[in-house]
Amino acid sequence: MLQFTPKGIYCIPGRFYIDPWLPVDLAVITHGHGDHARAGMQKYLCHHLTVPVLKTRIGPDITVQGLAYNEPLLINGVRISMHPAGHIIGSAQVRLEYRGKVTVISGDYKVQDDGLSTPFELVKCHEFVTESTFGLPIYKWQTVEKQHELLQDWVQQNRDNGKTSVISGYSLGKAQRIMKALEDIAPLYVHTAIGRINQAYESVGIRLPAYQVLDEHTTAAQLDQSVVIVPPALLDTKMIRKIPRKADAICSGWMQVRGARRWQHADAGFPISDHADWQGLLTVVKETGAEQVYVTHGQTAVFARYLNESGITAAVIQTAFGEEEEQNGKPAEQ
Amino acid sequence: MKAFGTLIATLDTTNKTTLKLEAIDRFLSEAEERDKLWFLALFTGKRPRRNVSTALLRQWAMEITGIPEWLFRESYTAVGDLGETISLILPEPVAYSERSLSEWMELIAGLSNKTEEEKKDFVIHAWQHLPHAERFIFNKLLGGSFRAGISAQSLINALATHYSIDASTVAHSVMGHWAIDEVSFDDLIKGGYTDVQSSRPYPFCLAYPLDRTAAALGDISEWQAEYKWDGIRGQVIKRNGQVYIWSRGEELVTEQFPEIRDALLQWNGDFVLDGELLAFKDDRVLNFSDLQKRLNRKNPGKKIIQEIPVMLYAYDVLEWEGEDCRHRGLAERRALLEQLYRENACPEVRLSPVIECPSWETLANMQQQARDVNSEGLMLKHKASPYHTGRKRGDWWKWKTAPMTIDAVLIYAQKGSGRRSGHYTDYTFAVKQGDELVTIAKAYSGLTDQEIKEVSSFVNKNAVEKFGPVRTVRPELVFEIAFEGIGFSNRHKSGVALRFPRIVRWRRDKTVRDIDDIEEIKKMIR
Ligand SMILES: [Zn+2]
Ligand SMILES: [Zn+2]
Repeated sequence: MLQFTPKGIYCIPGRFYIDPWLPVDLAVITHGHGDHARAGMQKYLCHHLTVPVLKTRIGPDITVQGLAYNEPLLINGVRISMHPAGHIIGSAQVRLEYRGKVTVISGDYKVQDDGLSTPFELVKCHEFVTESTFGLPIYKWQTVEKQHELLQDWVQQNRDNGKTSVISGYSLGKAQRIMKALEDIAPLYVHTAIGRINQAYESVGIRLPAYQVLDEHTTAAQLDQSVVIVPPALLDTKMIRKIPRKADAICSGWMQVRGARRWQHADAGFPISDHADWQGLLTVVKETGAEQVYVTHGQTAVFARYLNESGITAAVIQTAFGEEEEQNGKPAEQ
Repeated sequence: MKAFGTLIATLDTTNKTTLKLEAIDRFLSEAEERDKLWFLALFTGKRPRRNVSTALLRQWAMEITGIPEWLFRESYTAVGDLGETISLILPEPVAYSERSLSEWMELIAGLSNKTEEEKKDFVIHAWQHLPHAERFIFNKLLGGSFRAGISAQSLINALATHYSIDASTVAHSVMGHWAIDEVSFDDLIKGGYTDVQSSRPYPFCLAYPLDRTAAALGDISEWQAEYKWDGIRGQVIKRNGQVYIWSRGEELVTEQFPEIRDALLQWNGDFVLDGELLAFKDDRVLNFSDLQKRLNRKNPGKKIIQEIPVMLYAYDVLEWEGEDCRHRGLAERRALLEQLYRENACPEVRLSPVIECPSWETLANMQQQARDVNSEGLMLKHKASPYHTGRKRGDWWKWKTAPMTIDAVLIYAQKGSGRRSGHYTDYTFAVKQGDELVTIAKAYSGLTDQEIKEVSSFVNKNAVEKFGPVRTVRPELVFEIAFEGIGFSNRHKSGVALRFPRIVRWRRDKTVRDIDDIEEIKKMIR
């Protein structure tokens, strides 16, 4: 059913690509992150909550069709449907069915319910394409409640010390999760890049916690004891540097490891991730019942080897995924 | 141990000194007396002996988790720390056992006479009852390798601020030899304990590198110039008929220098001197590589003592007949030192000469030729300066000769641990030996984070071979390596050893053809 080509993952009978990295005619998109949804495609097909994201990030004039979860579409005899991946709002696993054979391309996924994205849905299949960003047993997330609690405590402690909490998180997905975690804890300010994504979501009726966009008119007094959320690359910008009393934190799965926390020069690190942890990856892969697994990005070699040793046939596939998102706090290589 | 866990997490993560100090302050307010004492012990390097080998910890962790050896190794590589790796892979605790740091320390100390089975039961039970933040610390304590992200000086400042005591008093108290069971925290901090300790050293007064022209220091007659020796900074103490020699690493090294100890035992009076331990023969300071052959041998034999004699070049006196004279001006202390020496002169201890110079220009000439006497440059000390605790800007300057440099090519890289785990940060460099390459130095520091990321990505793309964590890379990247000294060495394949090698800059403008040749480098040795 699938062919792994230099342009991306290709569905042979359907004659379309899933998350391609070079221009093609029809691209089925799992979610809006830059390494999965790229510019230059003739036509895009994705979950309808991803449509405004693609228009914001790639351009308003793209040709894009939205599907609901579990709404089937037939293309060249292949039955396509989207299923919740739990990664970010609108993220989907792409299920392909052709002549009785089912293949699922999961894109990025997480099993935990973050309270914002539609929770992950397990889809049985013969072939499963998985990520392995956190495919090492050292990555084991705490419950979402506990993650939120730790972040809230830290913000509260900063407020007690009269400080602004500056938190970095990827603008699509992570930022909204941080907002959700800190709703009603402190006033929330977001960087304009995050504001744009928020608007895209709000335009299709997603309700987000109240927030204000940080701009040159925002005064130090307003930020006092508030929370400021910025994309990782913008943590060290003038606007942030001039906040007089602040503590900064990074929210990312990589923050599980002390070495990674120290490498980032932040004051605190919270392992809050939109990817499955080791156990999450293993459980999903096993429960899909897939006979053949393809591992696309992350700890590919380790995860594939472990699956093979556990009796599940797995192969590593070279892709261009994993280049952009979750770079926040990520160590070099892989 | 929760308060301690929170403290360590903050110290580990932030690199803002103010936040570290705030965290220590919070801990001092919250923790109980005995925990604070343990905290101090751990942070000043008084670690308990290791009672469980790391190999066993590793084995038990693999047993519990069912993780195969290779996967454990992959995990360890990603984390860079064994205690942390184990803590991360273990299952969530079944319950929480709330014990203080000192209770844990005592339980750990009590393991020494237990059987392996008993140790295993204890460790596994602890693992099942501690959340990760504390389990990780437990593993570090167990492995006897506890280290924390704060300098001794910052810790002393935090204590001094918290208790409103003078920093030098705190330093004085905390640095000496004391044992957990013999002191109370308050007594220790406030100096009540130090007087019974006749071996206690003072914190060393440290100099800053000269950051301006020497002439900008003003009138040369207000300054005392000496050579900056490249040996082991040492503090010698003679009190109540006993001699103690401390190195700057706060290590008691008396046994390594018997000839100096014996000579000082003949001296009259009680005193504390600051000076440099050096290899010295035929009226000449030997190369540091010679001194190295003497180091870390307890009770060195006759042969090596004859072959490489050591001596102390004394340059300051901190205590005289029980009186702390650090507050007196340097000129006064020097006069005292000279008087002391006149009465006790001996070949094993000498006075580091004061360089008399009428002008900064002539002194600059001396400075440039400092290497001829195997020194690293000059020290400039203000004649009115007290003997400060630690580093204080303005009174003492080190005026080093420009470091020697060579161009070398990167041939091996290894991932760092700790802060930079995951990146290739430890490098081995080579120079030419005819048509081949020969390893010349290892260096860790000197590149920016951005450059380290670039080198790491080069290593990933150009690794030729893997030996465990080490990658052999194609010899392409050329770096300028600076070092403070160079000597012959038969432990190194190249035949030379560099002292304090470090990376000055990445020479992107050079290729492997431009690197230095070992024969030329050997000509630098004095
Ligand atoms: Zn993603
Ligand atoms: Zn991805």
